[in-house]
Amino acid sequence: MQKYAHFKGLTIPLLLLLPQLAITVVFFYWPASQAVWQSFLLQDAFGISTEFVWFENYRDLFSKPEYYKALINTGIFSVFVALLSLSLALLFAVMADRQIRGVEIYKTLLIWPYAVAPAIAGVLWIFMFDPSLGMLARGLQSLGVAWNPRLNGNDAMTLVILAATWKQISYNFLFFLAGLQSIPKSVIEAAVIDGARPMRRFWTIVFPLLSPTTFFLLVVNLVYVFFDTFGIIDTISGGGPSGATETLVYKVYSDGKGGTNLGGSAAQSVILLIMVIGMTAFQFRFIERKVNY
Amino acid sequence: MTFKLKTLTAVGAFALAAASPALAQTEIQWWHAMTGANNDVVVKLAEEFNASQKDYKVVVAYKGSYPDTLNAGIAAFRAGNAPHIMQVFEVGTATMMSAKGAIKPVADVMKDAGESFDPKSYLPAITGYYSTTKGEMLSFPFNSSSMVMWYNKDALKKAGLPEAPPKTWPEAFEAAKKLKAAGWDKCGISTAWTTWANIEQLGAWHNVPVGTKANGFDGFDTEFRINGDLFVKHLTNLANLQKEGVFSYSGRTNTGEGRFTSGECPLFLTSSAFFGNVKANAKFDWSNAPMPYYPDVAGAPQNSIIGGASLWVMGGKKADEYKGVAKFFTFLSDVDRQVKLHTESGYLPITKAAYEKVKASGFYKQNPYLETPLLELNNKEPTENSRGVRFGGLVQIRDIWSEEIEAALNGQKTPKAALDAANERGNQALRQFERTAK
Repeated sequence: MQKYAHFKGLTIPLLLLLPQLAITVVFFYWPASQAVWQSFLLQDAFGISTEFVWFENYRDLFSKPEYYKALINTGIFSVFVALLSLSLALLFAVMADRQIRGVEIYKTLLIWPYAVAPAIAGVLWIFMFDPSLGMLARGLQSLGVAWNPRLNGNDAMTLVILAATWKQISYNFLFFLAGLQSIPKSVIEAAVIDGARPMRRFWTIVFPLLSPTTFFLLVVNLVYVFFDTFGIIDTISGGGPSGATETLVYKVYSDGKGGTNLGGSAAQSVILLIMVIGMTAFQFRFIERKVNY
Repeated sequence: MTFKLKTLTAVGAFALAAASPALAQTEIQWWHAMTGANNDVVVKLAEEFNASQKDYKVVVAYKGSYPDTLNAGIAAFRAGNAPHIMQVFEVGTATMMSAKGAIKPVADVMKDAGESFDPKSYLPAITGYYSTTKGEMLSFPFNSSSMVMWYNKDALKKAGLPEAPPKTWPEAFEAAKKLKAAGWDKCGISTAWTTWANIEQLGAWHNVPVGTKANGFDGFDTEFRINGDLFVKHLTNLANLQKEGVFSYSGRTNTGEGRFTSGECPLFLTSSAFFGNVKANAKFDWSNAPMPYYPDVAGAPQNSIIGGASLWVMGGKKADEYKGVAKFFTFLSDVDRQVKLHTESGYLPITKAAYEKVKASGFYKQNPYLETPLLELNNKEPTENSRGVRFGGLVQIRDIWSEEIEAALNGQKTPKAALDAANERGNQALRQFERTAK
């Protein structure tokens, strides 16, 4: 028996694929090709004079220490945010999955931060932790902690990580909760009867059954930290102090902003694109093998 | 005339009658970056102009911060949809100037429209900034300011300091130390606009170049000179005092200004246009004074340079629209209107006549802080080093400089190493700009 349905000729399959292809071309391939083209150009802000410079924008990037710094920052930032937001969300989801009074209220409150726009989230956190205005910052200072994200790079990085994590926990929580609720109760009950303690039940039954969810969330979270955290960084630290919180995507923005370096900015986004493609491929090739569906 | 034709004529006449009020008014788009009290000023100006005549209608649109407005304008231009008038901060001047074809010089706009326009009636410290070296005015000065040192009189009294504010940097640092001892332990002195205060104004105020070629006025092939002795000395002082908690860094832009009005920072260097906020929010006795200077630099203080923004007219519009723009600029230059703008917003009067009128009215006797920036700007005849700065891509370069200054202030780099790097990286950005600005 044939495994796949076969169409005669090309017309019908192409027609059926057309809507999807059209959307992909318009919203992905076309803008992406524009970025690639722009990355080979040296252009003034208004686009009046244009010069084709081959790989000069790329060479320029890799010759600058700031770019490597942004690369390292992105690494630190994404590892911390992904780890923290995944583990905390899992913890909350396991808690909320139990039979407790008022569980709906907890769920709603936990999902709330997701509705907050990244830039607003940034402002909220800077309100709490601004060294002059922030209530919590004052608390820290009165405890003798020299808290100053305005000038101390580590403090600033901590603050952006916390804000980005806070914002992502809701999303992860939703998926983990759904994952937990789809685990058949009978399996767990059987384990209880066998005398397995809660921790053992979690690590041997629940967690492996959650692995598809976890894997999906890992991919989504990395995409989130790479691209969506830009608003948080912009409102909290603006990439500073001294470039300590400048991630790759923020650098794309700040170099392109003011229109002064569109080519360099485009080159960076092309590199970013390649990195994300590579990362996704790696995840599906190697990490997915450990996932049980 | 047949019935059909009659109906058609009637319909046509009716349509014309209905359309004519809309047709007669030419819309003029004005994009700006003013917030709070200054946003109200912009809106009111447009309303007054629209009420004063019937032919043109100025439509204002707030486009975010200065850099955001500049970006919005550039993006709109690239999409073939630029506004007629764009407010661009002084840092973007070189970017706009080099965009030949994208802009129409104000001098031409006024001449073509037949509006009477004499560049000499404007304050030279301001027009010099927005004119070519040949004296052709490129953009219309709108809101200009300079940098001053705001001080908290109550704090000075409590710390046992003389009533007169410190004049020199050594005096200011001493005062800040005493303020710290008297309870201002978070911040004795600070500045907003890090690079404007500690590089651009510092250079002009001491008659020391920030870059070659008359600070960029004589061409784009210029190089920075910000790692010279004066800059290194100043940053070294700041870095040492930051460690002691006497100086306290307040960020790259003016977001830290609230530290003055809240009473946290009793000595604070920022724009003279901070006036409106101080007046509204400071619950203590305050005033301002000229920026401090280093007395061992010969000839200091020289004169300060302006900040704020000017209005650029974009190219490629219809003659009728340009006429409206010109009429609007004439409206803005009106002496009484300038007097009101100056005394209400704290921005400088742009015409000599307006300045003279305010001076004659005795207004400055009660409000000396509004004259401080004018006295600074006119302190001495501007030199090549104090006329202003005009570097391409300065928006980006300011970020680079701030990054390096921050590295010096938090002890990652020595002040000399930080300024060397700032100079070098700034030059790279200049070279890139030069290549695109042919």
